[in-house]
Amino acid sequence: MINKFRMVFSVLLILPLVATAKVTEFQLDNGLKLIVKEDHRAPVVVSQVWYKVGSSYEYNGITGISHQLEHMMFKGTENLGPNEFSKIIAANGGRENAFTGRDYTAYFQTMQKDRLEVSFRLEAERMRKLVIDEAELLKEHEVVAEERRMRTDDNPQSLVREAFNAAAFVNSPYHHPVIGWMSDIKNYKVADLEQWYQKWYAPNNATVVVVGDVEPDAVYKLAQQYFGPLKPEKTALVKPQIEIEQRGKRSIEVKAPAELPYFMMGWKVPVVKTVDEEYAWEPYALEMLAGILDGGNSARFARELVRGEEIAASVGAGYGLFSRLADVFMVVGTPAKGVSVETLQLAVMTQLEKVKTELVSEQELNRIKTQVVANAVYERDSVFYQAMQIGMLETVGLEWQLTDAYVENVQAVTAEQVLAVAKKYLIDDSLTVAELIPTSLDVNKDEMTAGENNE
Amino acid sequence: MSKFLGLIFSLLLAVTVHASPNIEHWTTENGVSVYFVAAPELPMVDIQIVFDAGGAQDGELSGQALLTNAMLNEGADGLNADQIAAAFDDIGARFGNSSQRDMAMLSLRSLTADSALKPALDLFYKVLSKPDFPQASFDRIQKQLLLGLQAEKQSPSALASRAFYSNLYGDHVYAAMPAGNEQSLSKITVDTLKEFYKNNYVAEKATIVIVGALDLAQAKQTAEKLSSDLPSGGRSFIDEVQVLTEAKTVKIDHPSSQTHILMGQPGIKRGDADYFALYVGNHILGGSGLVSQLSNEVREKRGLTYSVYSYFRPMQQLGPYQLGLSTRNDQADEALAVMRNTLIKFIENGPTKEELIAAKQNITGGFALRVDSNSKIIGYLAMIGFYDLPLDYLENFNDQVNAVTVEQIKDAFSRRVHPDKMVTIMVGGKAE
Repeated sequence: MINKFRMVFSVLLILPLVATAKVTEFQLDNGLKLIVKEDHRAPVVVSQVWYKVGSSYEYNGITGISHQLEHMMFKGTENLGPNEFSKIIAANGGRENAFTGRDYTAYFQTMQKDRLEVSFRLEAERMRKLVIDEAELLKEHEVVAEERRMRTDDNPQSLVREAFNAAAFVNSPYHHPVIGWMSDIKNYKVADLEQWYQKWYAPNNATVVVVGDVEPDAVYKLAQQYFGPLKPEKTALVKPQIEIEQRGKRSIEVKAPAELPYFMMGWKVPVVKTVDEEYAWEPYALEMLAGILDGGNSARFARELVRGEEIAASVGAGYGLFSRLADVFMVVGTPAKGVSVETLQLAVMTQLEKVKTELVSEQELNRIKTQVVANAVYERDSVFYQAMQIGMLETVGLEWQLTDAYVENVQAVTAEQVLAVAKKYLIDDSLTVAELIPTSLDVNKDEMTAGENNE
Repeated sequence: MSKFLGLIFSLLLAVTVHASPNIEHWTTENGVSVYFVAAPELPMVDIQIVFDAGGAQDGELSGQALLTNAMLNEGADGLNADQIAAAFDDIGARFGNSSQRDMAMLSLRSLTADSALKPALDLFYKVLSKPDFPQASFDRIQKQLLLGLQAEKQSPSALASRAFYSNLYGDHVYAAMPAGNEQSLSKITVDTLKEFYKNNYVAEKATIVIVGALDLAQAKQTAEKLSSDLPSGGRSFIDEVQVLTEAKTVKIDHPSSQTHILMGQPGIKRGDADYFALYVGNHILGGSGLVSQLSNEVREKRGLTYSVYSYFRPMQQLGPYQLGLSTRNDQADEALAVMRNTLIKFIENGPTKEELIAAKQNITGGFALRVDSNSKIIGYLAMIGFYDLPLDYLENFNDQVNAVTVEQIKDAFSRRVHPDKMVTIMVGGKAE
């Protein structure tokens, strides 16, 4: 404990005095949640509407429907023609877009602060008055199919990621891709989208996040005016779909036209939302573990595998604490020239063995903690990012206050805890490995692996 | 519909004052140009040193500018790469380096508490002024760049981009990719890089930009310290770009389900007299995302692509004017025809008055968003400094945009954009 105190103290040496930003929370009678964070640095405002729906709410046959619906949200409502939403935002100097993830679908506008009303008025309109036109849907099927080809089908590493998720998750909906399987994309009907919209797009399933040069009560009044009259919906109960226990290592190969080999390794781990209360520290220890391995250019992977042994062209570790369902702790890599995937994987395993058996040094631990503290300041340079954090936490069923608590919780992690989570979770029985086997890029040759190509 | 339009126009009547950042500008004792914007709200500072030392200075050995830049934090003043990385990370500072065609850059983001900023600046200065160019690091990075070239071959968009520049610029230095090619990378040695560093990381080629919680005196001190050891070396010049004289189409086979199409020509320089007419015109044609003409024709009306765009990238000499999209192989010709025809029609007819008004509303009404964070402001400072744009560039930005007329756009496009003399690159597979 003395150690812990000293560590926190040394981190605090550079901890700057930043006035905590004021966050105000409101709830409308129809269930809509409004969170306003004041940031008066620039006369701008970002407004985001977050819906609790995404690919992890979907089931086989309609995968990707949340994303397709996101596209249709720009294609007209009872009072707006196709694309008119975007034209109005543009004419008001705004920037806008939307994104769909596993656990959320979100729409945003960034505008000069006096235009917030435009954003609210339009978002309220499409929250309950979307019109899905069949001809528009047919065209937008094609657009989404092109998006899938661009992002996934023609990108070997994306293909591996998709296959990895499908292998690692059996019954958890994290099994299927956010954009959906191609055959599902081609077969949504107007009625499917209408049902999906009806079910999830309602004030009681939405969180509106506003960050910028605004006054909370004025924002609340605007929200009451525009979102207030909307009727709540009986949203469907989401089934738990808890991933079954993995009983042994899974390995898959993905063959695709490529030049460079690549692999992904993932171990089943809890996240803040799913962890038992007595182990509430574990996600933060896993976060720290990811930092020890890959938190900056001085972390172990870069130091030992990219520089020291020079066997990795790139290698990374990743973990997200804030998903709705249990996730994986990832390690991905591409070996250096002339090095095999097996050699790099072995070296990774050696590095993991080290964190399972030896305590990380106080200096290494402090280095990561300091970066976390500094990042918390740097992140405030972006109103958009601040809104993202709040919206994401609320939408996966956590509280926005965790953005601040996150820094404290990470700082409380001890070397013993890092070792404990490494030992407990980085075990072969819950590991899934996916490897990219490059095939020839020569369009005139079929199915020849790059290794056989001796020209 | 009318209800919403009513709202827009009433809001647009409200006059808003756009405060653009207050830029301080001076020259250090040894002649380095400095631009500074005080941003006291957050206890952090961003610093960039931009050199006229990008790939355009590569000569025959393309890739040497990038390699030189990438080697700076691999060893400096006796510290090795591990020690440098650890020292930045220990204080939560972020070091960055990058090299494009025109610019090579070093950047630092740090907290402003003395215990962080002082060591961060010391180290930043060493990396900038006392690089060691260790042989072992060179060997590793050279190998990584070669591997990067291999990675390009599995990406249709990377292949298209390389072919685009090569065909657009022919013998000009802009033709080469900053990451070099197999032959050039193999010829580069540590000595090449030391020589490149000596000739290019000099005071006359440097611009320092700072945004953050420093006062003017601190900013001046910082700039003096960082520039103190930059030697004098003189400027260099990039040849004029030759305009294209005929159309050319290059097709590259790739086993992808989509064909990536790039079309374009040499465009404009920074500070070009036609800049605002072309910028606003292109905003309407293909620079405004979902509401642009290209997006409307190719995506909204026909569902042929996820993304279609056009942009001018102004550089020291004529930077590219580029239009691009990707689409399923069997409809590549159709999508290309729609993109081309949309461009040709735009040059013939120009935008409508309504389109011009909407574009001006979008650009000027969004001005505050351009400068709403330190990282955006420092990007503008680097551009203003590097390309010698007037200090009031941002202040006058909206006025310049508002002054553009339909006639000016038509005139500038017909003089400067030539669809009958463009390079077209198509990378993709056979139609299924």
